[in-house]
Amino acid sequence: MEDIVKKRIKEVRKGDHNAFGEIVELYKSKVYQLCYRMLGNSHEAEDIAQEAFIRAYVNIDRYNIDRKFSTWLYRIATNLCIDRIRKKKPDYYLDAEIAGTEGMNMYSQIAAEGMLPEDEVTSMELQALIQREILNLPEKYRSVIVLKYIEELSLNEISEILDMPLGTVKTRIHRGREALRKQLRHI
Amino acid sequence: MSSCPDYIIEFMHEYLDEEIPEEHKQELKEHLQICADCKQHFNELVKTVALVQSTSHIQTPENFTEKVMMHLPREKKKVGIKRWFGRHPILTAAAVFIIFMTASVFASWNQDDNFSVTKNKNIIIENNTTAVVPEGKTVEGDIVVKNGDIRIEGKVDGNVTIINGNNYLASAGTVTGEIEEINKVFDWLWHKIKDISSEVLQLFNSDKDAK
Ligand SMILES: [Zn+2]
Repeated sequence: MEDIVKKRIKEVRKGDHNAFGEIVELYKSKVYQLCYRMLGNSHEAEDIAQEAFIRAYVNIDRYNIDRKFSTWLYRIATNLCIDRIRKKKPDYYLDAEIAGTEGMNMYSQIAAEGMLPEDEVTSMELQALIQREILNLPEKYRSVIVLKYIEELSLNEISEILDMPLGTVKTRIHRGREALRKQLRHI
Repeated sequence: MSSCPDYIIEFMHEYLDEEIPEEHKQELKEHLQICADCKQHFNELVKTVALVQSTSHIQTPENFTEKVMMHLPREKKKVGIKRWFGRHPILTAAAVFIIFMTASVFASWNQDDNFSVTKNKNIIIENNTTAVVPEGKTVEGDIVVKNGDIRIEGKVDGNVTIINGNNYLASAGTVTGEIEEINKVFDWLWHKIKDISSEVLQLFNSDKDAK
């Protein structure tokens, strides 16, 4: 996939606007996923994910073609998410609540309509709960946990994306796991 | 569990990171077999990871790509031009020069709408709007009239340029050079460019001569 992407990037650099559309198609799901898990609400996630692609496009000349494109793209997206989280710190818990209730509302709606079998309803409840606990993590643990378990990236890639020594990444993942364990152990 | 060594927990994380050395793995295994607390801790960690990984894939919003494409700045063209400039420094300099000049020319075009004429003792001003070269007089050199007319009854030994005005050449009057009337901004601009480029050419030529 990286080869196709690099070919497209060369086209974008030559001014082929449409080649960028293909890049967006290839990565939109991963980038949106990352933003959604980091921010916990679909509006903001869409906003930031779009912004990430726009920035990638504007700065495409700065991307080092010898390196993995996804690492560079995730780095842009992660930094935008972190900025957003830091800016809205006072609303931190409020947002976590909203994210939790979002799922709950959906759950109660569907439950009222009686359209889903019980185990699926339960799984939605659980999903909302897990998402809420991810959002309750301090940003420095949240980003490593999301990159590791949602995006399924290697520790080395995470260290590159976050521009942070491997040791720090490991420590943060360990702490993030412990914090989540305390919240999720009784499920 | 408080009696257990801290490194047991470290080993658990090494295990979860799939970076556990064989001897640590062995030790962890043996410990978990005899310590219920650590076993529980370990199981909770494994479950936590499984739960986080179980979160379902969130559907990307509809028309996501279209929206991105719509919001892309038209920057690309500018970037292209920038790159082109980088490769053609001399042309860039020329372009910058022309742009700069155009701006200054426009400024000068807009700024002075007062009547003015090249100073010469043989040119008379009538009504503050018309320059006159009287009969029997000879003006040696070029004449430029701005925002006014010129009437030539005598002789001009050079070019006559009239900007924003008219030229009346009497039957008895003569102009040895060219008469040019410029009444539009773009004519004016063109005139300026011709002027400056001939100056530039001269510059280049004299440069060559110097070498
Ligand atoms: Zn123990």
